Amino acid sequence: MRFLFKTDYDQDLRLFKHRGQVFWYGLLFVVLLAAPWWASEYMMTQLHFIGIYSIVGLGLMLLVGFTGQISLGHAAFLAVGAYTEALLAAAGWPFWLSLPCAALLSAAVGIVVGLPALRLKGIYLAIATLAFGVIAEEIAARWESLTGGNSGLHVKPIELFGAKLDGDADFYYLVLALTAVCCIALANLLRSSTGRAFVAIRDSEISAACMGVNLARYKTLSFALSAALTGVGGALYAHKVSFISPEQFTLLVSIELVTLVILGGVGSLHGAVFGAAFIIVLPQLIAIVKDYLPAAVAGAAGLQSTVFGLVLIGFIIFEPMGLYGRWLKIRTWFELFPFYRKGMFRRQKTYMKSERLR
Amino acid sequence: MYALVALGFVLIYKATETVNFAQGDLMMLGAFFALTGATVLGLPYWLTIVFAVAVMLVVGMLLERAVLRPVLGYPAFTVVMVTIGVGFVLRGVVTMIPGWGTETYALATPFADHVMRVGGVVVAEQQLAVILHTAVLCLALYLFFRFTRVGIAMQATSQNQLAAYYMGIPVRRVNMLIWGLSAGIATIGGILLAPMTFVHSNMGFIGLKAFPAAVVGGFGSVPGAIVGGLIIGVVEALAGFYLPEGFKDVAAYVVVLVVLLVKPSGIFGETVAKKV
Repeated sequence: MRFLFKTDYDQDLRLFKHRGQVFWYGLLFVVLLAAPWWASEYMMTQLHFIGIYSIVGLGLMLLVGFTGQISLGHAAFLAVGAYTEALLAAAGWPFWLSLPCAALLSAAVGIVVGLPALRLKGIYLAIATLAFGVIAEEIAARWESLTGGNSGLHVKPIELFGAKLDGDADFYYLVLALTAVCCIALANLLRSSTGRAFVAIRDSEISAACMGVNLARYKTLSFALSAALTGVGGALYAHKVSFISPEQFTLLVSIELVTLVILGGVGSLHGAVFGAAFIIVLPQLIAIVKDYLPAAVAGAAGLQSTVFGLVLIGFIIFEPMGLYGRWLKIRTWFELFPFYRKGMFRRQKTYMKSERLR
Repeated sequence: MYALVALGFVLIYKATETVNFAQGDLMMLGAFFALTGATVLGLPYWLTIVFAVAVMLVVGMLLERAVLRPVLGYPAFTVVMVTIGVGFVLRGVVTMIPGWGTETYALATPFADHVMRVGGVVVAEQQLAVILHTAVLCLALYLFFRFTRVGIAMQATSQNQLAAYYMGIPVRRVNMLIWGLSAGIATIGGILLAPMTFVHSNMGFIGLKAFPAAVVGGFGSVPGAIVGGLIIGVVEALAGFYLPEGFKDVAAYVVVLVVLLVKPSGIFGETVAKKV
């Protein structure tokens, strides 16, 4: 068991709270760096997707988990990032230039979407973003001169400083590096005053405003950053699947992304990565279990969505803090053994009151 | 038609302050039960409706008991996610049931294909039936909420759960009834919709169109839902007529964005300043 004696305010602000963290994250990084040597080709592909979804998940986590704004239209940002990257790559732009462009354009769209968010709350915001998501999908399908419409668009492989990145390992290192950068950047952001402002807005907009947080500015900023990260994820996604069409950015994808955040655990960066891993691994698990199920169930088209829905419901009912919350609980159990008590992570219930009549 | 689905949304919202993303899927399930009633059991049309609504009442209540009661007392967003999950499950399960599957079915109705002429305007009897049903249903619901004990208890529950508890209202049981009721309404919607869209496992997506209707009208307002449904329906029809192809599907959402920008809580939504 470890006791943290804090003797300095700076200790609260440090990126790593103690040496153990440095060691374990370092070890994780080394293991991941060595992945091309221990992972099969198939696993490498899965790792690519986990990395990409992690970046997107981090973006959405910033918005949902830390700023408390709901978005059901994140697939649109994914689409903006993917299409920008695809078109710029086709125009011959180098990757180091086109990726920031994809991120910037997504951020710009994010700001546009974030503006109505200043006035909307809760479910209305969810529906406004949902509406935006549907509109964006339709635009992608109809603007045929630019996006190729429903017939889709081919994406060229990445070119970085004159060299083509087409091997599994090359792309893996790129994704890994970007994921790591995003993680560290967000962790840094969240311990800065900006991150604290986000969290303050999540906890209570009114008290945040009273403390001098400029609500409009920070909400828009959160939308922009979230969209930018999602755009980066989208750009990588475009290169990974090398073919994009509007069907890849539907409402269901947006919902899947929100599910990712919830499964991982709202309000933790670990959660975004855990959630991404889970979302990617789940279909594989289903495919394995499928062989043992009766034919009528296994053959059904809706099996995956059923399992998906069940997992989502199960998590919300039994583990509202998500995978990361479960991990925390297990860790605490071992750290405090034998003094762990059941109620340690219990949340206070709030009885719903109408927001209409007060 | 949208108004009817929107009505289901608003009803649930009014009563539990929860937005039910599974409403469209409940509708789909209801339509499938009606189909079973009509084909397998060979019931006449009116009995089919009664049968399907009765089954869905039970389904709605069971859903509430199994899935939503455990999250009673959690933030609204959690509940929204639960209903999204429920939607996924329903949509998936339907494809697994033999005889339902992923195929598209037509539900026979007594007033299919008849056309009436009312003062020079051609009205399909089908559509007239939908309008009539909606009107009757609205009236019934209005009376229910206004004059019965249960209806008033439902309103009280929605406004303040804790206070409702204190006043001796069995909040859980009321919630269960509300879910049953809204599932029943969704079923009627599904049956009415069936001749136009046919019955298949993805017909629930029309529920997502009913959202704009509910939002435009303002959540928590029954007349709002109807007006919203009308607006969305009319705008969609006009967009399909005057604008190039593709705008029809998006029109509803554009309207929503505009309405939300101008009036963040819908046309009929009460605007209140939030207190701390």
